[in-house]
Amino acid sequence: MGMFRFGLLLLLLAVHWGPALSDLVISKLDRRIDLTSQIVRMTMSFKVENTGPDPVSKVSLTFPEHQANNLALIVAVNTQGKGKTRGPTTNLPITISQPDNNSPPSLIWYAASLPKDLVKGESLTIDVLAVFTHTLRPFPEKITQSESQLFLFQESAHFPSPYKVKSQSMTVKLPTENAESYTKLENTKFANSEIKYGPYENLPPFSYSPVIIHFPSNKPFAVAQELIREIEISHWGNVQITEHYSLIHGGAQSTGEFSRLDFQTRPHVRGASGFRNLLAMLPPRAHSIYYRDAIGNISTSNIYSDSSKTLLEIEPRYPMFGGWKTSFTIGYGLPLQDFLFQSEGSRFLNITFGSPMNDILVENLTVKIVLPEGSKDISVSVPFPVKQSQETKFSHLDIAGRPTMVVEKTNAVPEHNQYFQVHYKFSNISLLTEPLMLIFGFFSLFIACIIYMHADITISKSSPSYLAKLQWDEVLGSIQQLQEVINRSLIVHEKLEASLRELSRTGDVQGCKAVRKAADTLLKDLSKESKPLLSLLQSSPQAAHIIHKVEELVVKERDLQEKIMMKHAMVVDSYEKKSGGRDIDNRVAAIQQKITAVKQEVDHLLEFVEDI
Amino acid sequence: MAVPVDAIIKQSPPSSSLRFAFGNVLAFFILLLIGVLAFSIRLFSVIKYESVIHEFDPYFNYRVTQFLTKNGIYDFWNWFDDRTWYPLGRVIGGTVYPGLTLTAGTIWKVLQSLNIPLSVETVCVFTAPVFSAFAAWATYLLTKEVKGTGAGLTAAVLLAMVPSYISRSVAGSYDNEAVAIFALIFTFYLYIKTLNTGSLFYATLNSISYFYMVCSWGGYTFIINLIPMHALLCIVTGRYSSRLYIAYAPLVVLGTLLAALVPVVGFNAVMTSEHFASFLVFIVIHVVALAYYIKGILSPKMFKVAATLVISVGLVVGVGVVAVLVAVVASSPTKGWSGRSLSLLDPTYASKYIPIIASVSEHQPPTWPSYFMDINVLAFLVPAGIIACFSPLSDASSFVILYLVMSVYFSGVMVRLMLVLAPAACIMSGIALSEAFDVCTRSIKYYITSLSESLQTDAGDIVPGNNITSPQNDVIKPDKKEELLKERPSRKNKKKEKESIEKPSVKSKMTKRPLVLPVEASIFALFLIVLLGAFYVVHSVWAAAEAYSAPSIVLTSHSHDGLHVFDDFREAYAWLSHNTEVDDKVASWWDYGYQTTAMANRTVIVDNNTWNNTHIATVGTAMSSPEKDAWQIFNSLDVKYVLVVFGGLVGYPSDDINKFLWMVRIGGGVFPHIKEPDYLRDGQYRIDSQATPTMLNSLMYKLSYFRFVETDGGKGYDRVRRTEIGKKYFKLTHFEEVFTTHHWMVRIYKLKPQKNRIRGKTKKLKSKTSSTTPRSGSLKKNPWH
Repeated sequence: MGMFRFGLLLLLLAVHWGPALSDLVISKLDRRIDLTSQIVRMTMSFKVENTGPDPVSKVSLTFPEHQANNLALIVAVNTQGKGKTRGPTTNLPITISQPDNNSPPSLIWYAASLPKDLVKGESLTIDVLAVFTHTLRPFPEKITQSESQLFLFQESAHFPSPYKVKSQSMTVKLPTENAESYTKLENTKFANSEIKYGPYENLPPFSYSPVIIHFPSNKPFAVAQELIREIEISHWGNVQITEHYSLIHGGAQSTGEFSRLDFQTRPHVRGASGFRNLLAMLPPRAHSIYYRDAIGNISTSNIYSDSSKTLLEIEPRYPMFGGWKTSFTIGYGLPLQDFLFQSEGSRFLNITFGSPMNDILVENLTVKIVLPEGSKDISVSVPFPVKQSQETKFSHLDIAGRPTMVVEKTNAVPEHNQYFQVHYKFSNISLLTEPLMLIFGFFSLFIACIIYMHADITISKSSPSYLAKLQWDEVLGSIQQLQEVINRSLIVHEKLEASLRELSRTGDVQGCKAVRKAADTLLKDLSKESKPLLSLLQSSPQAAHIIHKVEELVVKERDLQEKIMMKHAMVVDSYEKKSGGRDIDNRVAAIQQKITAVKQEVDHLLEFVEDI
Repeated sequence: MAVPVDAIIKQSPPSSSLRFAFGNVLAFFILLLIGVLAFSIRLFSVIKYESVIHEFDPYFNYRVTQFLTKNGIYDFWNWFDDRTWYPLGRVIGGTVYPGLTLTAGTIWKVLQSLNIPLSVETVCVFTAPVFSAFAAWATYLLTKEVKGTGAGLTAAVLLAMVPSYISRSVAGSYDNEAVAIFALIFTFYLYIKTLNTGSLFYATLNSISYFYMVCSWGGYTFIINLIPMHALLCIVTGRYSSRLYIAYAPLVVLGTLLAALVPVVGFNAVMTSEHFASFLVFIVIHVVALAYYIKGILSPKMFKVAATLVISVGLVVGVGVVAVLVAVVASSPTKGWSGRSLSLLDPTYASKYIPIIASVSEHQPPTWPSYFMDINVLAFLVPAGIIACFSPLSDASSFVILYLVMSVYFSGVMVRLMLVLAPAACIMSGIALSEAFDVCTRSIKYYITSLSESLQTDAGDIVPGNNITSPQNDVIKPDKKEELLKERPSRKNKKKEKESIEKPSVKSKMTKRPLVLPVEASIFALFLIVLLGAFYVVHSVWAAAEAYSAPSIVLTSHSHDGLHVFDDFREAYAWLSHNTEVDDKVASWWDYGYQTTAMANRTVIVDNNTWNNTHIATVGTAMSSPEKDAWQIFNSLDVKYVLVVFGGLVGYPSDDINKFLWMVRIGGGVFPHIKEPDYLRDGQYRIDSQATPTMLNSLMYKLSYFRFVETDGGKGYDRVRRTEIGKKYFKLTHFEEVFTTHHWMVRIYKLKPQKNRIRGKTKKLKSKTSSTTPRSGSLKKNPWH
């Protein structure tokens, strides 16, 4: 165990660097270490007193290197007053400050600047929260399905402070009521899953007393090796969040068989080290939630929502055992008005930074904020140090692309899940660009269609096929006209027939004659009209194969006309002579038959011509 | 739906151009709606399940598309896939029909360039529905060429929701057939269009469309045999024309050249027997064309002399050529035909010689219910359609009839080819329905007009009370009726007209009077037709929603406490992809090969492209062997994990135990020491206590039922086979269980590492004991095996 030797070294160093760094004295130091999850949280509250003559502006905190490397977050808070008269708390800015000469080499120094200088005799209470990741080491490193996970935790019972400590104690909270083993020092108590070391009085600076605790823990060790959060803002009213996780169970490696039978029959014994589900706390009014991976939707999830939150419970495709990996994506939409605000002509997005999952450790967190196309003057303010860069994302119908701010953070813990702000400027008119683009696109498509339909795009205007087509169009036109003429004359025939019927009903010979007269002139006009059309058709070579049909049609129509006239004349004549109905029938019957036959032929031909 | 349009178009209001415009717009919107229908009826799977690729083959196509979009077209042509058929690998670029992949890849590229960020998967999922809309439109065009707009629209509606086609083209069913059916119909349309117009432009388009079909599906051989058949039919029945020549000759020349460009076809386009028919007819059509030409320039007498001369010489030469050809073809073992094609011609071929083809359920001959399931009422409408096509018989309608007859034959051989029958059945039924509608509505319309007419004349009769006029009216009336009828000439009549131009002699004989039924009968018939159509729609929607929409990688069951989802396959594939080494080899029966490579991204030994029978037989043999032999086989193949599918716990019937006999058969086909009777008790396949010891000791049995008995307290009741298992308690010595899914549907085992083989055992052991390792004692007592 390298740590033990390291501890000894520290102890020696502590003796060596005996003299105090400054005249500060810690009169009381309480440390509580929470081991109930994979993330180790240490809260310290200490009272500093200045015994020296010089005013002090900074208080140094030291952590051994192996701890400091895994330090995800450190916050120091100064509280004025005590108990009920507790005043406002002030955050103390913390910086790394390595003193040059007289520090033990394996200590990392942090300096908390005080709100105001501490003069002689004054004292101050400081609360510090330090969050460590990867400090619990599974031991044994490999376990089978039925075994429990055991972890080792190392700490020093004495906080290696650079100042003299008058009285200090340390409490370690374990997840269960039993521990495999723990270092027993003087004043060690173990009760109710808490191990208490101390109080120890009057310790010199840099005193060190290693403590090792070996304890079982089957809390979920969900570690997201990579999480990419994409926050996409749409000014149409939605903030779309997409989170890509690649997850690993960060506890003791699972080895040997995995038996589903054992897991199903005794899940708490034969599968205690694995975890089945994760809980994500989404903002209220989250909608369109999905949960999927590369090969499709994952159906094992649940949503519980109320007015203050949306709880999403997701289960990976398979139970997660030590060292097993998985990856998935969750996505959800949020109402824009909850997160986007306006101030002084610019807008800002105010949204949480980290993963919404409970108790998850994110080793590499990338947050991408995709702003609408046309956003300007972008700035991101995050309450803790991060790496920032900018890129461009192309999405639906973009031309210039959407400005995307990329914020990266390593070792993000739930405590990092704080609100951060993105300020930018965006004009509302740009909102209409894409709809207008679509409208214009469709409009020009239709225009193009219309132009295409009306334009003549023949390359060679003198080519025979083109000329033939033109001629054919002409032929078609004249045929159509001719057809119309014939139709009109057919209507005239109808009128004549109708007049005959009228005659038979009323016996009005004069009226009938008048109709006849009108019809005669009309028909004459029509035949005049049809003549040029017919001659045009006859002259056109294109119409050669149909001309005989057309001619036949015209002839037949004339025939029909004559016959109808004849019939008309006959009937009128009979009426004038006051012949009997039967007589008229007899006389007309023959001609009527012919009319029917001819009419049929005309119809035939007309149909054929229509088909051309 | 379609007939009203027809009627509207055919009615003759005063301005005909407006009427046509109205008809066209209406037809256009109906077509648009048909497209929407075809697309949306296939979305049941997305709505009921999710947007995911289905089944087995689509996963391969999806994977190829991913490769294409990632690496580009040139890498795609040269893609040697080392993730499958380990250790042989597979040349994907040269053995895959690239049409579907290229289509989806192109769509994706276009969308990407428009900055529409759809994933490759989404594009793949929706390719099939989009193409079924295209197919419906192509059907409209084809049927319109044959029988007019009304029939075209009806056929398009029918095709938009024919269950047979839905089964292959629901959203997610990313399979070759989805685009191939469109290509097939479109090629036929262009052929008919060329045949009707004689335009070289359409002939060229036809070749390109044929090229697309060759790219898409092996079923292109259907086209390249059907079209020559039709050409030959036309020649034999004396319908040769220059239009036929234009339609046929360019297709063979250009089409064959283009087909040879597709790597998977290559020289097969000129070397296999499937293509010979086209070349033969190509020669015949030239001879006929020459004969017609000579006939034109010679006097009849001279022609007769020339004909006898040529025929006698030609016969001699022809016999010689045929003899050579037969000799060449006969020298090859399969007579130049590929296995699948041979099994088409001789349905018993596959079951006799190629178990691997016979083992696929879609290669079995269909049963009668499957016809009803897949084309439903179309089966009854088809004969009516055939009759309608015969009156009158044109080049186009004879082609449709031929298409139908051939596809009926092929669908009878193989269930899968029901898909080729479906468009033919839709076209025929569309024609039949349209004609029936035409006749019925015409009758009703006639009745209505004659009714109003008679009312009018009745009134005229009564008022004057003159007995002279009434007979005259009688004379006029029928005349009017006829006129009315003729005002709406149906397409049929038009066709008749066209016919009559070609054969003036027929014209005089043909009666012009269209068929008119009694009005009651026609109303009743209309009602029945609508009922039939409604039944078809209900059935199709049911088929789309229930029967064909399950993606088969996700299963659901409805129980009293709601929907239960079985997502075990993906659970297993996800586990494999995240928790095994990238280069680990996974052995499973070939059904799961495509899915394993696509979803788990692990190397497999065999997959659904069953190109190497020996390799599959090796896996089959391993599965049928006892544990130790199986371990040796798998170890020699470098396999690390073995995956079996087991349905006994939840009652999933298509699991590996049910497929096991095929493994035995295929394995035994290559390795004779595996004998099928060893696994059967009195000819029966059973896994209960009566099962043979060979069966109970086979690897498949052991991997499936390992610790199964403990799930239900010592009974070991298999819910698929509905029996207690034969061998209940056993241990695995060479394999260890590493993963089993939630419902036990997929079980993954790992090959235990080989024990250190100790040469000169005693000597070594001594040395070990001397080194005082406490382990050596246990080693002695409990060696690996």
